[in-house]
Amino acid sequence: MSRLLKTSALALVIGAPALAETDMPGRLALPEEVAAWDIDIRPDGAGLPEGRGDVWTGEDLYEAQCAHCHGTFGEGVGAWPVVAGGFGTLTHEHPSKTIGSYWPYLSTVFDYVYRAMPYGNAQSLEPDEVYAITAYLLYLNDLVDDDFELSHENFTEVRLPNEDGFYMDDRVETEWPRFTQEPCMSDCGPEVTVSMRAEVLEVTPDDPHLEARHAIYMALAQASGADIGTDATEEAPDAEAAPEAEAEEEAAAPAAYSPEQIAAGEAAWRQCQACHQVGEGARHVTGPQLNGVYGAAVGAQDGFRYSPVLTGAGEDGMVWDNATLDAFLENPREHLPRNRMSFRGVRDAQERQALIAYLSSFAE
Amino acid sequence: MTKPEDKPGGTSRRRFLGGAGLAGAGMIAGLVPARATTPDPMITEVQPWAQFLGDGVDAAPYGRPSPHEAHVIRRNVEWLTADTASSVNFTPIHELDGIITPNGLCFERHHAGVAEIAPQEYRLMINGLVEREMVFTLQDLMRFPRENRVYFLECAANTGMEWRGAQLNGAQFTHGMIHNCMYTGVPLRTLLEYAGVQTNGAWVLAEGADASAMSRSIPMEKALDDCLVAFRMNGEALRPEQGYPVRLVVPGWEGNMWVKWLRRIEVGDAPWHHREETSKYTDLLADGRARRFTWEMHAKSVITSPSPQAPIYHGRGPTVITGLAWSGVGTIQRVDVSIDGGRNWQHARIDGPSLDKSLHRFYYEFDWDGSPLLIQSRAIDSAGYVQPTKQALREFRGTASIYHMNGIQTWQVHSSGEVENVEVA
Repeated sequence: MSRLLKTSALALVIGAPALAETDMPGRLALPEEVAAWDIDIRPDGAGLPEGRGDVWTGEDLYEAQCAHCHGTFGEGVGAWPVVAGGFGTLTHEHPSKTIGSYWPYLSTVFDYVYRAMPYGNAQSLEPDEVYAITAYLLYLNDLVDDDFELSHENFTEVRLPNEDGFYMDDRVETEWPRFTQEPCMSDCGPEVTVSMRAEVLEVTPDDPHLEARHAIYMALAQASGADIGTDATEEAPDAEAAPEAEAEEEAAAPAAYSPEQIAAGEAAWRQCQACHQVGEGARHVTGPQLNGVYGAAVGAQDGFRYSPVLTGAGEDGMVWDNATLDAFLENPREHLPRNRMSFRGVRDAQERQALIAYLSSFAE
Repeated sequence: MTKPEDKPGGTSRRRFLGGAGLAGAGMIAGLVPARATTPDPMITEVQPWAQFLGDGVDAAPYGRPSPHEAHVIRRNVEWLTADTASSVNFTPIHELDGIITPNGLCFERHHAGVAEIAPQEYRLMINGLVEREMVFTLQDLMRFPRENRVYFLECAANTGMEWRGAQLNGAQFTHGMIHNCMYTGVPLRTLLEYAGVQTNGAWVLAEGADASAMSRSIPMEKALDDCLVAFRMNGEALRPEQGYPVRLVVPGWEGNMWVKWLRRIEVGDAPWHHREETSKYTDLLADGRARRFTWEMHAKSVITSPSPQAPIYHGRGPTVITGLAWSGVGTIQRVDVSIDGGRNWQHARIDGPSLDKSLHRFYYEFDWDGSPLLIQSRAIDSAGYVQPTKQALREFRGTASIYHMNGIQTWQVHSSGEVENVEVA
C-alpha cells in the first residue's frame, strides 16, 4: 500500500484518520468467488479440476455438442474451425492449423472448451465431460488409442507434436536491421507494373449505398463545373429499380413448394446446421430440432429451452407459416428482439423461400 | 502536374502554411477558376431550408449523422466468418478525416457476440499472486485517479488478406480493423499496486465476461507501464460493442489483447498460453515454425482517399491525397507519398496532434494531370522504423502468417478517377 500512498491522489483519502476499511474502494474477494471465475488452465497443469474421461464417452459428447460445427472427423463444417488432421501442412501455401498439427499445448484445448465451448452455451460442461472431449480430440488427431482415458493425473504427460514449433517474437532482431535503413527518395529501381488486381477476384462485398453516394458526388462535381471522367458515370444503375423488384418477389408468397425449391433449400440449409438438426433422428443441439416446425406454434418444439420472447410469441398465438418464417429468417434479431438465435439472417428472398420449402418438407 | 517537391518539409509545407492551399495551387498554375455559364438555382432560388422552419431541439435527443451520410457505416465481409457473433466488421476509414474515430464507427470484433452487462451487474476481480484478492464495482473504479489518453487499436489481422496479394477492393476492408479514441480510465498499475503484486508476479491474465471469456497473457512490465482500465471512449461511456462498461487498453499492442467486458485480472508467474495466443495470434512463417507473443504493432500507413471506395470525382487539377499513419512503438516522424508506384517519394504534411501510439493524419496536395497513378504512402516512426514493402515482409515471413501485415499499400488511380487495389512488382 505504501507505493500507492506516494503516487496517487487516493493517498489523501487513505491518510484521513477517521476513515475505516469499509470506506475504501473495492472489497476482498471471497474464496468461492475466486473459484467461480478462476477456471483457467496452464500448460504446467495449474488450474486443472479433478476429473477423468475416456475416448468413447468423448465421442458421444463430441457428436452431440461439437460435431455440428467442427464436423464428425474434426474437419470443420463450412467456415467453422478445423480441429483435427493437417499434419505436415504448416509449410504449405494453405496450412491446416489444428490441435494436432499446430497447437503447442493440450492445456489450451481443455481451458478453451471448459471456458468457451460449446459455442453459444459456454461453461455448460462438467470437468469429466471436458476431459472426455479432450481425450476424443486427441483420438481424432491420432495421438492416442481408443482405450485412452484422460485425467488430472496423467494430463501433463500428454505432449502435442508442435510444442517446439513456436519461438518468441524476434522481429526486432531479425527484421529491424533491414527496416530501419534510410529509405530511397528518388529514382528507386526500375519502373513498376501492376502484377495483381483486387477487382479480378470479386471478393469485395457489394456496397448497397454505392448508387446514392455516387449520385451525390456527381451532383457535387457538376455544381463546381468539373471535368468528369466518363468511365465513372456510366455504370451507375437506376437506384430505384432494385428494391421494387425485391418487394414484388416478397409479396408473391407461394402456397405450395416445388421439388426444385426444396432442393435449393437443402443446399441453403448448410448455414443453419451449425445449430439446428432436421430429418430422421434430429435432436435439439444449440438450437431446437425443426421437424414439424412449419405450421406449428412459435417456441413449441418439445423439450427445448426457448428464450422468453419465443415462448411468449407462441402463447400469443404466433404460428410459423410462410410469412412469419420469412420475416424471422430475414433478420432474426430484429424481428423477435432478445431471442437467442445468433444468426445474421438470410438477405435473399428466394433463399428464404427455399429454406421455408425445405423446412415444410419435414413433418413431425 | 507540378514538379514533385524533393526537399524534406520544403516548399510544399511552406506553400500550405500560408493558409490558402487551393488558391495557392491555382496561383502557381497561373489560373483562376472558371466562370459559370448559367446562374446556379441553389443560389438564385430560395431553398426550403431557407424559408421554412426545421426540427426543433430534442428532435433527436441523442444526435445522429446527417441522413446524407448513411453510407458512412461499418461493414462486414460475410464470407470471412461462419457467424456474425464470432466475426469482424470494418471502420469506414475512407470516409473519415482527422485522427479520432467516432464511437459508432469503431470496427467490431467479437468472439461470442456482445455481452450485455448493466453497470450494477458489473464486477472486476483481481486475483492470483497479489496480497489482497479483490472485487471492484464500477463505482469503486471511478474512485481512483483517472487518465485521458488517445490510442489506436489495430487488430493484428488488419490487412491480413493482402499477404497473398491484392484481395479486397477498399481501404475499409484492407485497413479498416483500426480505430483511434481518447480513453478515460484508471491505470492498471494503480489497481495492481492497490491489490499488492507479489514479488513472483511476472504476468497478468486479462479475461472478459463475454461467452468466449476472452483471455490473454500480458507481461507485468507492460501491465505496469501504460495499460488502462477504461470506462469512457471519446468522452462518453464505452459502447456495448466496445466492452461496456469496462475494457482494457493495451497501447500499441494488438487489438485482441484489449479485452472487452473486462471481468478479471489474474497475476501469475508464467504465461497461460490460451487459445488466442497459440492457435490464433501466432505468426506462422514459411519454414513451418511460428512466432508467438508478437504483441507490438509496427509502423504502418495507408492512403484513405483517394481509394477504391473514395474515387476522384472532380477531374484533374488541385487534388488532396490524405491518409493515416501509426506506430505501436511511438509517434510518426514522417510520411512519404509516391504517385508512381514507389520510384519517387515526396514528404507528406502531418496535420493535427502527433501523439504516442495514436493515429496521425497526413496530407499530400498536388495538381493531378489526369494520367493514371500508382499511389503509395510510407510511414517512418520515432524508432526509425521505415514501413516496408509487402514483398520485403514476404521475404521474411512467407504468405501464410495472417497477422501483422504492415506493408506499403498501392492504389491505382485511373484517368476516370476510379481507384483500384493493386499489387505492383
